[in-house]
Amino acid sequence: MPRPLNDSQQSRLVVTTPPGSPDRAWLATGYAEVRAILGDDRFSTLPPAANASDSRRLIQPGNLLHYDAPEHTRMRKMLMPEFTLRRVRTLEPLVERVVTERLDALEHAGQPVDLISHFVWPTTSLVGCSILGIPRDDQAELARHIDTHRIDNPDREQREAAGNAYLSYLSKYMRQKRRKPGDDLLGRLIVEHGAELTEAELLGTATTLLASLIQNVAGTLGLGTLALLENPEQLALLLKRPELIDHAVEEVIRSVSVIAMASPRTALEDVPIAGRVIRTGETVACSLLGANGTTAPGEPKAPLDITRDNSGHMAFGHGIHYCIGALVTRMELRIAIAGLLERFPTVRLAVPPDGLRFSSRAVETLPVVW
Amino acid sequence: MEVRVDRDRCAGSGLCVSYAPEVFDQSEDDGKVLLKEPLPGTGAAGAVRAMAARCPTGAITVHGHGHAHGHGHGEPAAPREPSEAV
Ligand code: HEM
Repeated sequence: MPRPLNDSQQSRLVVTTPPGSPDRAWLATGYAEVRAILGDDRFSTLPPAANASDSRRLIQPGNLLHYDAPEHTRMRKMLMPEFTLRRVRTLEPLVERVVTERLDALEHAGQPVDLISHFVWPTTSLVGCSILGIPRDDQAELARHIDTHRIDNPDREQREAAGNAYLSYLSKYMRQKRRKPGDDLLGRLIVEHGAELTEAELLGTATTLLASLIQNVAGTLGLGTLALLENPEQLALLLKRPELIDHAVEEVIRSVSVIAMASPRTALEDVPIAGRVIRTGETVACSLLGANGTTAPGEPKAPLDITRDNSGHMAFGHGIHYCIGALVTRMELRIAIAGLLERFPTVRLAVPPDGLRFSSRAVETLPVVW
Repeated sequence: MEVRVDRDRCAGSGLCVSYAPEVFDQSEDDGKVLLKEPLPGTGAAGAVRAMAARCPTGAITVHGHGHAHGHGHGEPAAPREPSEAV
């Protein structure tokens, strides 16, 4: 049975700044500590007041993670209708169509084939762009910008250029949508709430949603598929009992925990947690990897167990900022993983696992045969 | 067992309606929880308690005695650590 990373002697809530620092910073890695902090409204996701002008952490309008209640409540309410279970079900045919097309393409590509560039990335970017109504002709280019802009691209200039190209495409796109909204997520948001939202908020909404839809889901689909391939008994079990797919998806989401750290929280008043007191103005980083008993991409992991009840994992966070895209993510991963295994039940890695390269949120290539 | 929901707290995660659709529903207008069955039968008790524990904002509470496990006096049940589950 997988254990938490640090379930015994080590403290699961520690100060990370040197002794005597005026503003202490904390790191929480334990399940109970992370859950208590993320679920407590006495912590803010805004930078501490004294650093509000700190340019390193500019508040992004439209990014729900950068709002506290009551503004957070108001903003989240506008988006919520787009992420209900019923609404997410209406997206299933779209995802099924995209996945089927990509599986056909895989079949034609010949073996070995890189699952990341031929399946994971195109599936998630086509689905993400389609949900937001982005024209098919622009989807590939936009997805490329997102990939190049990823946080651990060592080429700063290239990274910044891609970020600018991404922003300028989406701001032009949002201006067009103001004029002609269309029947998609962003179009409906404009029709219903366009008058209450600034241009910056609308743009920020579009950029956060698209980046999450593509990067988080792609990272999880790639690393999750790898986790299944590295646990052949679990893979065999899933092939034998396809009804376990929902459990398998949840276990993959936990095991990958693609968002390793929650956004930093700042205490708005003194908060006692696990026998310590986090004082007003101090910040705390919450490790979701630690809380979920898992490790970063490429590091050794506890074996998957697709039959266990892992309800309560915090890969989607906890509290008022709980991931708004959790249901979409589960649905897309279910259709993609089930589709891949149904089409290629004998799929396996074409290279030794220790030759694979990882970034902070993904495996870069995943060559397979079947 | 009596179930109560606090719509002000609800963040609309959709977890409860996904896992216990016979008891919970989700509004199409604001994505928040709707209570379909405030007095679920014993068959649903386990799922309901699990949801009370799992709800990200503690918006679901279980009240009343007479259940084998005996916890749940208006408090969300303690969540299980994923690493210790089953
Ligand atoms: C595997 C996929 C995903 C994972 C693991 C994930 C994880 C998370 C986590 C951990 C948080 C909370 C962060 C914190 O409290 O600091 C969060 C929030 C959020 N996620 Fe996701 N996410 C995923 C996919 C998505 C998708 C597909 C979307 C959009 C469609 C999305 C949109 C959001 C938004 C808007 C928030 C902020 C919610 C709020 O502040 O109220 N995520 N996500």
